[in-house]
Amino acid sequence: MTPAEPGAGWSRRRLLIGGGVAGAGGLAALGADYASRRARASGTDESPSLNGEVRIPFYGAHQSGITVEPQAHATYVALNLKKGVAKKDLARMLKTITDDAARLTQGVPALADSEPELGTVPARMTVTFGFGPNLVARVAGDAALPEWLGSLPEFGIDQLEDRWCDGDLLLQFNADDPFTIAHAVRMLLKDTRSSADVRWVQRGFRRAQGSEKSGTTMRNLFGQVDGTVNPQPDDTDFKELVWNRDGWMTGGTSMVIRRIAMNLDKWDRLDRPGREQSVGRNLANGAPLTGVNEHDEPDFTALTPVGFPVIPEFSHMARARTPDRSQRIHRRAYNYDDAPEPGKISNSGLLFVSYQADATAQFVPIQQRLDELDLLNEWTTPIGSAVFAIPPGCDENGFIGDTLFD
Amino acid sequence: MRKHTLISTAIVSTSLLLLSACGGGAEAESTETSAPVADSVEVTDAWVKAADDGMSAAFGSIENTGSTDATVVSAESQASTALELHETVENESGEMVMREKENGFTITAGQSLALEPGGNHIMLMDLTDPIKAGDEVEFTLTFSDDSTLEFSAPVKDYEGANENYESGDDEAGEHEGHDMEDMDHSGGSK
Repeated sequence: MTPAEPGAGWSRRRLLIGGGVAGAGGLAALGADYASRRARASGTDESPSLNGEVRIPFYGAHQSGITVEPQAHATYVALNLKKGVAKKDLARMLKTITDDAARLTQGVPALADSEPELGTVPARMTVTFGFGPNLVARVAGDAALPEWLGSLPEFGIDQLEDRWCDGDLLLQFNADDPFTIAHAVRMLLKDTRSSADVRWVQRGFRRAQGSEKSGTTMRNLFGQVDGTVNPQPDDTDFKELVWNRDGWMTGGTSMVIRRIAMNLDKWDRLDRPGREQSVGRNLANGAPLTGVNEHDEPDFTALTPVGFPVIPEFSHMARARTPDRSQRIHRRAYNYDDAPEPGKISNSGLLFVSYQADATAQFVPIQQRLDELDLLNEWTTPIGSAVFAIPPGCDENGFIGDTLFD
Repeated sequence: MRKHTLISTAIVSTSLLLLSACGGGAEAESTETSAPVADSVEVTDAWVKAADDGMSAAFGSIENTGSTDATVVSAESQASTALELHETVENESGEMVMREKENGFTITAGQSLALEPGGNHIMLMDLTDPIKAGDEVEFTLTFSDDSTLEFSAPVKDYEGANENYESGDDEAGEHEGHDMEDMDHSGGSK
């Protein structure tokens, strides 16, 4: 990251230049409340007693909202840039929403926040920005486009609906409190309104904060433990798998978000053994059908007494796996459960979200195998799909995406 | 009317600061030296409402960390040919209207003054150029002792700060970006 020249950043508004030279006393006092909140966020104060007070640092080498333990709620908003919105307009907009996010994630109301009382309960909120190809090209031309940024190849199982696909700018909100997210979404959309229109909004949830032990693998609405094998930030190869190392994207990542409709009514017709075979794991604790505990390594060579593989070759787990260790992704999925269409009783599924250094090299081969054969495809249908470039993080003098503008 | 009761000629000593704090009436017949008022004033969370032309307003918090009251007597910015310090008060008809605050903004020692929509604010009377969300506008505040304080405020899109429309014919929705032009400035000198 190229540090902004001194005084060029927005932090300058908190710097006070008196008639004379600002003394140490004046500097020490500036932004006292904001600074103390930030200090707490970086763990230099005792732990807050309420989860609503817990703050995730905003600034850093990477954007937040990727490696932090998944919060209970998520809202993803994709925007279309208006015609005529150019590089300088985008820089202004990104500065503004970076400042909004930096404040709101620390429990500080945004500037010009009409409901400042709603901005004081961060509840582990993270706000993450992603760029679609159109935004990248408008700012820095086609040469700046990562080769993996764009629509994914068509898969045979896809029944994509335009209303859940693509976008120029992604705003990702995660928090343990949906009220916190609602206000943050409102605030940022007021600050993008002059430059962009809402393309789609997708909301998802996991177990509420405090309902389960932290670190429990989530379940999807089929009842399956979903996400057992997932590279974690403390894994030695996590950096290599997730963080991009190419030009302006260094320290960033690629994000795939796919809306997977789950046919709960059809799933109802499948009994428990069939449900377990479709994935290759048991429903009780997510252990492979050849194991006892969730994180036991599956034995794909184990056979039933009559000679069939215990974990069927057509199961989701068998198809998703590959010996190629580079074809792995960091998943961060959420469930959705929206209002049913007329005559139906469910409209549910999974917001599949994954981060990987290179979506084409890491995500696509996995999805191709699942597209060719995966028993779970009987009950699931991808209806939305988008890929975004998640730029690296920034420091207090910069803004998210500033490396693209250099 | 401006008061020039503080004469800044030398560096203030700690003992004088203590003296002032205890005395409570530091400015009365003070011929003693004093630090520039601006040195103990901070502007935080400043922002300006985006507008294409005409008027706009700046908001934020002015904190006086000093031991004597501080009075802002004027504001300047390249963004506007004229600026005024405004307060919002109830007029004879019971309407809330903005007017120039004649003696400027006084910030009590150790206190903060909030500049906010519907309250005190710095009015940009006539923008020289459009100010767009994400721009930065530089301001200079001048205090009663002629000391000055510079601060920078980002521009934000904001739908509010329209509270001084004449009642009954609020057409804010049709005047996006020009809301300030219709404000009632009862005390304004424009």
